[in-house]
Amino acid sequence: MFVTPGYAEEVAPAAGEAHSTDATTAHTETGAEHGGGGLFPPFDTSNYPSQLLWLAITFGLFYLFLKNVVLPRVGGILEVRRDRIAGDLDQAARMKSEADAAVAAYEQELAEAKARANAIGQEARDEAKAEAEAKRKEVEAGLDQKLTAAEARIATIKANAMKEVGTIAEDTAAAIVQALGAGKVDKADIAAAVKAASK
Amino acid sequence: MANDPIHQFQISKLIPIEIGGLDFSFTNSSAFMVATVVAASAFLFLTTSSRGLVPSRLQSVSEMSYEFVASMLRDAAGSQGMRFFPLVFSLFMFVLVANLIGLFPYFFTVTSHLIVTFALALLVIGTVIVYGFMKHGFGFLKLFVPHGVPGILVPLVVLIEVISFLSRPISLSVRLFANMLAGHITLKVFAGFVTSLSAFGAVGVVGSILPLFMTVAITGLEVLVAFLQAYVFAVLTCMYLNDALHPGH
Repeated sequence: MFVTPGYAEEVAPAAGEAHSTDATTAHTETGAEHGGGGLFPPFDTSNYPSQLLWLAITFGLFYLFLKNVVLPRVGGILEVRRDRIAGDLDQAARMKSEADAAVAAYEQELAEAKARANAIGQEARDEAKAEAEAKRKEVEAGLDQKLTAAEARIATIKANAMKEVGTIAEDTAAAIVQALGAGKVDKADIAAAVKAASK
Repeated sequence: MANDPIHQFQISKLIPIEIGGLDFSFTNSSAFMVATVVAASAFLFLTTSSRGLVPSRLQSVSEMSYEFVASMLRDAAGSQGMRFFPLVFSLFMFVLVANLIGLFPYFFTVTSHLIVTFALALLVIGTVIVYGFMKHGFGFLKLFVPHGVPGILVPLVVLIEVISFLSRPISLSVRLFANMLAGHITLKVFAGFVTSLSAFGAVGVVGSILPLFMTVAITGLEVLVAFLQAYVFAVLTCMYLNDALHPGH
């Protein structure tokens, strides 16, 4: 079976000029086992016209069909898809920028609201502080007043007490002098002596 | 005959047609060309029929192939090259689907015939030449004279450029043809080992495990090759078309 290719290569060039009639006779003499043309089929020129004709017909129709029907269609599909994708991307970009703008507006509003809230809070705080300060001052003033009143009372009590201390000392001194047996001492002398001693 | 690795490339007439002494029969090859075109068209047409904004899985396969070829062409030939987009896309899909259909057992591989791949390559080169002369007139011939070559080397370089230009359709077609041919022969040979070895009783059956494994592995490789060759064909088409658009290098 391996004889055939080598054999065909020898015969093929001859077959070109001599055509198949000679080739087939030469072939039968050599006695190959298969029927048909006997030549190595791809080099058998007798089937060339038929192959060329049918190739031209089939490939020609194929070319026309692809060129006029299939390729425009596939090209159209791809075109539509590309447009659609580009359009969708545009839309997405537009939506994104809208969303960005909305976020920016929201953030600005938020900042404003925050500032406003801070201002209101500050105001309230200040007010409360001032009120508290006023109240404190009032209370302090009251306390001061009470304090001075109390001090005044203390002073009078102290003065009274000091006055009492003088008379007690005079009484005590008179009693002591009487006990010592010095007789009756003048009350004015004692008072002068006590005054001199307490100074 | 069952084990003959060449038999899968045999062309058999399904509907004999003869015009002017030439054989234009509808053969199994023609049938698989029709199958390739119908399968590819139906897939592309039906999967995109809902025109879903969010594509279904199959719709995204169609869209991916569209964008794959479009970016390939735009990278190689610039946005001016997009006028050739239907051609490049048709070539890519035709070669890819023909390669993939050929991987099914008992199916014929359209691209395993040199004349088919050569016709496709000539279509590409023909487009390059016709469009190149149409757009640039004789300025297209600047393609063969690269910039910045010292005067004394110009004849040599032009000769090399011309030869390389002429060999393009050959390399473009033979690459695809040879890849498909070799891959299918290899697959068939290894698969043939499995059946012929297992004919030798128990030892043969054990021995046939390795070729069976190879067959599975090569099938995977062939799927890759089917994609890769379609890709290579389309990429080279894009690069050649770039020459037609910008011949000044």
